[in-house]
Amino acid sequence: MKLLSKLTKNGYQNYIIVILFFAVFQILSSTGHISNSLKGQLVPIVVYVIMALSLNLVVGISGELSLGHAGFMSVGAFTGIIVSATLQNSIPNGSIRLVFAIVIGAVFAGVIGFLISVPVLRLNGDYLAIVTLAFGEIIKNLLNITYVGLDSKGLHLSTKDIASMNMKPDGITILNGPMGALGTVKISTFFSGIVLLLLVLIVIQNLVASRCGRAIMALRDNRIAGEACGLSATKYKMIAFVTSAAIAGSAGALYGLNYSTLVPKKFDFNTSILILVFVVLGGIGNMTGSIIAAALLTVLPEMLRTFRDYRMLVYAIVLILVMIVTNNEKARDALTGLLRRFRKKSVKEGTANE
Amino acid sequence: MKKKVLSLLLAGAMALSLCACGSSQAPASTAADNGTAATEATPAAGDGKLTGTLNMGVIGPLTGAAAIYGTCVANSAQIAVEEINAISGDFQIALNSQDDEHDAEKSVNAYHNLMDWNVQMIVGCVTTTPCIAVSAEANSDRVFMLTPSASGTAVTEGKDNVFQLCFSDPNQGSASAQYISDKKMGTKIAVIYNNGDAYSTGIYQTFAAKAAELGLEIVSTTTFPDDNATDFSVQLKEAKDAGADLIFLPIYYTPASLILQQASTMGYAPTFFGVDGMDGILTLEGFDTSLAEGVILLTPFVADAKDDATVNFVTKYQEKYGEIPNQFGADAYDCVNVIYAALQKYAAANGGFDVTGVSYSELCEILISVFTGGDFSVDGLTGEAMTWNAAGEVNKAPKGMIIQNGAYVSLD
Repeated sequence: MKLLSKLTKNGYQNYIIVILFFAVFQILSSTGHISNSLKGQLVPIVVYVIMALSLNLVVGISGELSLGHAGFMSVGAFTGIIVSATLQNSIPNGSIRLVFAIVIGAVFAGVIGFLISVPVLRLNGDYLAIVTLAFGEIIKNLLNITYVGLDSKGLHLSTKDIASMNMKPDGITILNGPMGALGTVKISTFFSGIVLLLLVLIVIQNLVASRCGRAIMALRDNRIAGEACGLSATKYKMIAFVTSAAIAGSAGALYGLNYSTLVPKKFDFNTSILILVFVVLGGIGNMTGSIIAAALLTVLPEMLRTFRDYRMLVYAIVLILVMIVTNNEKARDALTGLLRRFRKKSVKEGTANE
Repeated sequence: MKKKVLSLLLAGAMALSLCACGSSQAPASTAADNGTAATEATPAAGDGKLTGTLNMGVIGPLTGAAAIYGTCVANSAQIAVEEINAISGDFQIALNSQDDEHDAEKSVNAYHNLMDWNVQMIVGCVTTTPCIAVSAEANSDRVFMLTPSASGTAVTEGKDNVFQLCFSDPNQGSASAQYISDKKMGTKIAVIYNNGDAYSTGIYQTFAAKAAELGLEIVSTTTFPDDNATDFSVQLKEAKDAGADLIFLPIYYTPASLILQQASTMGYAPTFFGVDGMDGILTLEGFDTSLAEGVILLTPFVADAKDDATVNFVTKYQEKYGEIPNQFGADAYDCVNVIYAALQKYAAANGGFDVTGVSYSELCEILISVFTGGDFSVDGLTGEAMTWNAAGEVNKAPKGMIIQNGAYVSLD
């Protein structure tokens, strides 16, 4: 308990938000006061919150624009699916299999993140953004030609077609090139997602508050000054980048095992941008903002279904309005003023009660 | 203080989730096996009439890159529903079409949205990938699905409540190979397919397997990705160098039109053989239809066929939406009519049937029993005497068409 309280002392409000979110929705869904629509979105919400947190580590804390984050998510997702399918017979328990899938998915995505970070982090600014974009597309196209099968002899891999895997007749195809994963057994749950989210928060917030995190932020604020102080820019940026990639991979595994099918095409440029929108709207570097923005913006398109064909238009208008309001001095002052008044009031009430 | 509050909260949340986990598992198991009881409990009114209002959901891409298919399905289903609603006031269909942007995640969201609307059965999804995701959900919830156009095998595999109105991809691929072999159309075959697309890859895989079985010689297999479908000179040159006299194109009509154009510029004129995705090539804007002369395709529906049903549907569609419907629309029109026919058959056999308020799981078992009953067959726009097997696949004859003087002409 002492260790837990030590680990969670930074940004404790984020843990409270997540736990409250979980408690409220768990009560609502166990008493049946929640629509199917929202219930089906609980896992995706958690996944996108984790993705936003992970990207915020790169964009907000490390200060580098990454446009290929969906790539890491897809590595984690497909690794997780393969792990889960392979362990299906040896570990019948879904939750334990999910833990394996998430851990191995995160490790794979971390390794890919490391490999990519070697060339990418030699660049900075716009160039880095473009190269991450390219790597995201490369990952997608490589997955498009990846065929993975499983038979009694083990895993088979091919980059040509199913036939060239030479599987035994009892073999099943796990990844079928552009058709992606078919017939995945769904094992992701809201509870497991929340546990993962809390772990991710612990990792990110403690990394940011550590000596390492201060070095990462110092290099973000002034690379030359940081390097003059003896900080290795490549090393610290790489720590942030690889951690972020691994977290994205874990979110991907959770996502992939929540649907019975998944295609590589899903993780294109648009998904990367979507996550970047969450981060920018929540405030770059602001973890609480990322959590709230990702959750709200995931639910919003579904809420707008009443607008039918115009819903994506309305969605865009809402995005623009939020951007304007959060960046407008007057609007922000009005909002903080309101919050301050509310806080004063509650403090007064608190003292009166005592 | 803060720490205490936090630890309390944590402990509370954990305890709560444990109880919630225990209770949430119960309904799933009961939902799966209440079907048999439900079928017996249907009220028998005695007159054999179908009454009430059916809540029918449609899921398809109404926006995004595949919107042309989704909107046509939604519009055509609307036409069929209006026709049925006009027959008599006793039986009505309420239609609700939801957008899935051709994305599995959005499609599952759309499905849950329909569930909140108390949907009783679903016509959809339009495209394969979203349909696989939704059919898995529908299978555990016991919602009946009849898809107009999701042709992948994984859509119906292992799911007794999901049926297809279109040919499945393997059927199309092997039917094409069979057709080419039977009619001796070519000796050296080249294939150009889209390896970034589930539909195209699916047909190619079964075509190649069937061709090997029939002894057809595939001399060249080339691919192109989704986002780079503009230049096909490399693929065509390889086919030409290999001496192919027939090119099989299991792709959609937009890239196919470019292939035809570039082959004609190269002065290369093999026989081109397409599948149902090729339908639409004659109405493509800015395409010189003389290039498509002699192209052969297997398709279940032709918009300028002269039979009464097709003429009726196409004129209504044109009046209402100002376009010529494609094959997806005809499939959706058939889907609604097939459901209507199935419910009528059930009503006639059970002395009347009131659909209002029948739960989706009850209706699911009823429709499965009719579809797999053995004597259920429907004539539609896309085929005569369509029947279904227990695996959910449709049985109807493919029609071979050749393009002559800018119009489809039947090959048979």
